[in-house]
Amino acid sequence: MSRVFMKGCEAIAEAAVRAGCRFFAGYPITPQNEIPEYFSRRMPEVGGTFVQGESEVASISMVYGAASSGTRAMTSSSSCGIALKSEGISYCASARIPMVYVNVSRGGPGVGSIQPAQMDYLQATKASGNGGFQMLVFAPSTVQEAVDMTYAAFDYADRDRNPVLILADGVIGTMMEPVELPPMRSDEEVKAIKEGKRPWAIVGHELDYAHRAWIEPGQWSTAVMQRTNEKAAALYESWEKDLRWEEYRLEDAELVIAAYGISARIARSAVNLLRQEGYPVGLIRPITVNPFPYKAFDKIDYGKCKAVLDVEMSIPAQFLRDVSIGVKDRCPITTCLCSGGNIMSRESIIEAAKKSLEA
Amino acid sequence: METNLCVAGFGGQGVMTLGKFLAEAACESSDRNVTFFPSYGAEQRGGTANCFVVISDQEIGAPLGDRMDDLIIMNEPSLKKFLPTLKPGGRLFLNSSIVTDDPGRDDVTIVKAPVTELSLELGNAKVLNVIMLGVYVGYTGIVDEELVWRIIEQKLGSKPKLLPLNKKAYEEGLALGKKQKQN
Amino acid sequence: MEKIYTRTKTIQEDKVSGFCPGCMHSTVMKLIGEVLEELDQVQNTACVLGIGCCGLHMDYMAYDNITAPHGRACAVATGIKRTNPGTLVYTYQGDGDLASIGLAETLSAANRGENFSVIFINNGIYGMTGGQMAPTTLIGMKATTAPKGRDPKEHGYPMHMCEIMNQLTAPYYLERTSCNNPANVRKTKAAIRKAFMNQLEGKGFSMVEIVTNCPTNWGTDALGSLEYLEQNMLKEFPLGVIRDKSLEEEGK
Repeated sequence: MSRVFMKGCEAIAEAAVRAGCRFFAGYPITPQNEIPEYFSRRMPEVGGTFVQGESEVASISMVYGAASSGTRAMTSSSSCGIALKSEGISYCASARIPMVYVNVSRGGPGVGSIQPAQMDYLQATKASGNGGFQMLVFAPSTVQEAVDMTYAAFDYADRDRNPVLILADGVIGTMMEPVELPPMRSDEEVKAIKEGKRPWAIVGHELDYAHRAWIEPGQWSTAVMQRTNEKAAALYESWEKDLRWEEYRLEDAELVIAAYGISARIARSAVNLLRQEGYPVGLIRPITVNPFPYKAFDKIDYGKCKAVLDVEMSIPAQFLRDVSIGVKDRCPITTCLCSGGNIMSRESIIEAAKKSLEA
Repeated sequence: METNLCVAGFGGQGVMTLGKFLAEAACESSDRNVTFFPSYGAEQRGGTANCFVVISDQEIGAPLGDRMDDLIIMNEPSLKKFLPTLKPGGRLFLNSSIVTDDPGRDDVTIVKAPVTELSLELGNAKVLNVIMLGVYVGYTGIVDEELVWRIIEQKLGSKPKLLPLNKKAYEEGLALGKKQKQN
Repeated sequence: MEKIYTRTKTIQEDKVSGFCPGCMHSTVMKLIGEVLEELDQVQNTACVLGIGCCGLHMDYMAYDNITAPHGRACAVATGIKRTNPGTLVYTYQGDGDLASIGLAETLSAANRGENFSVIFINNGIYGMTGGQMAPTTLIGMKATTAPKGRDPKEHGYPMHMCEIMNQLTAPYYLERTSCNNPANVRKTKAAIRKAFMNQLEGKGFSMVEIVTNCPTNWGTDALGSLEYLEQNMLKEFPLGVIRDKSLEEEGK
């Protein structure tokens, strides 16, 4: 396959189109504007629909509607915009509507900064809306990974009838990199995917109570509501099989860096530099951040490992909480943090790693 | 082998385009990895702009290094901001029409190119970035010079009128870069 | 004996209405069902329900429906209709849903001229949550969040959604009706039919605002609510066609 040089946001949008996404609604916010802009050009070419919603709140509701009719649908935003979408995301999760959304995250809280950050970790992985629902959350560390995850996300969403979140950041969104794009699903495939959802999709059915499509983001009956939640909980339990993480040079590591997304990519290169200097350092990079691969941290040789270094672009640290659960007090955890739109530097990771090893 | 390059200047000097052309040529030319990372101010016009290009035969860790191998500097404020990031032994490409102060680093190679003047001589101030791209490619040979031109041609495809001017600008830059290399 | 009336099949046979005695929701629901049957569109319809008493319909409807987040019905309908242009899509929303929390979604969909129909139930009060003040609450009308009655100095004036929408260029058809007497019930049914026909013909955005009652939260009995409606609501919200582009087209 040939490589194309693409901006992260545009590559994500193209991957979605190739996966069969035929509806996108979004609202402008930096640094993800290239996603809606790309869809506005691309959707008419494939017979899809792009709508610029009047707000994030409206956009996610449009996606909820389109996805409820069986169409592969997507939205994207950034941090404070994602917060506004939490209403519709929760509705999709409650009604078990498959859809994909992307958070090209920036600094926070509030309007924060328009530069890249990883300040939405707990929101993304623990509570993206009211009601305790869960989603598969993927954190890409390269544009290629963002493409592959977006493409696969639509299949996961349909498999589970549940939203899927791509937790990217402003670096992944705005940087350009060579990517190999996945194959374009044919019009027939796209049609067949939609047709497969027809039994529950709200497109009109024979007049028959048993066969009508009823999209229910809530229940009057407490018994039914509890059953709905139990079914959802069973789905979340089944995600053990979907856990993904990367282990890098753990074998003799006396220090293990834990990082995800863009921070992990930068940390990986810091590991290489540290190794060149003779420091035995490794890396654990969760690829699914929900569910979280706690068991990856069992791979560490705690006889040798002096510390785990949590590296993330968030102050206060958030990812650290999951790392702590994984480490289970088997060694100390140190941190290397930045925030406010500042991008993690290799130098600061190297410095923090050396300090952690010396301590 | 990994090269970390930062291109910096005023918004409107075409620093993003310069970096993007180079990165795209690197992507087309080989199996090497390459990243382009833009950094904008919040302003749509004016202000400062800079981008980072990393070209490597290995996986690229950070799309923006903290230590630069090469710097392309188009204005004074950018010199102040980014010079400290240039590694000892690194290469500094200066728009010497505007940046006249002595950078005060004797541990780096300085390549001076009066690209603002040269562009005005060519009759269009906008091509200063293409001249500088030529200087950089001519001096470093980091990417095949023909290929870079093909990328410029491709990107200007919708404005064929501008091609002769840009061709001239690029070639002038290349020649200047090569000459400086020989010295 | 000859059977001259049968309940619409769009309402489940085994269900008894849970709406308050005298409430016009059940009347409107019946009218919509009858129109869908007459147009042979029941198997081709997607109903987007608002939050509040409107949402109670899902228990009785025998055809496709989805509950929208509060106020977002027009956005949800946009998503459905744009990806399924052949499906008849309508929203069913109350005044709090359509004119307060969903004002942006409602006006934006109308302004885009979305090709679906809006059935707007305006009874001047929040029903399900217990009689709080709505954007359409009348001056002086008591609400649980305006115990001394709506005071323009503090709460502003009732919003006239048809007239507000009439400021936009795109909407095709806007009519205000009521269900307070048999003649108006028939007019309401005709208006719903017109709104659905407009959509089937691809004419664009139609809204039927139906001035209804809320005996429970108005603190009246069923008949008393009709009296209040006629003496107060209809003065504030006069019935009639506010816009009908088909008339303009005929005029040409």
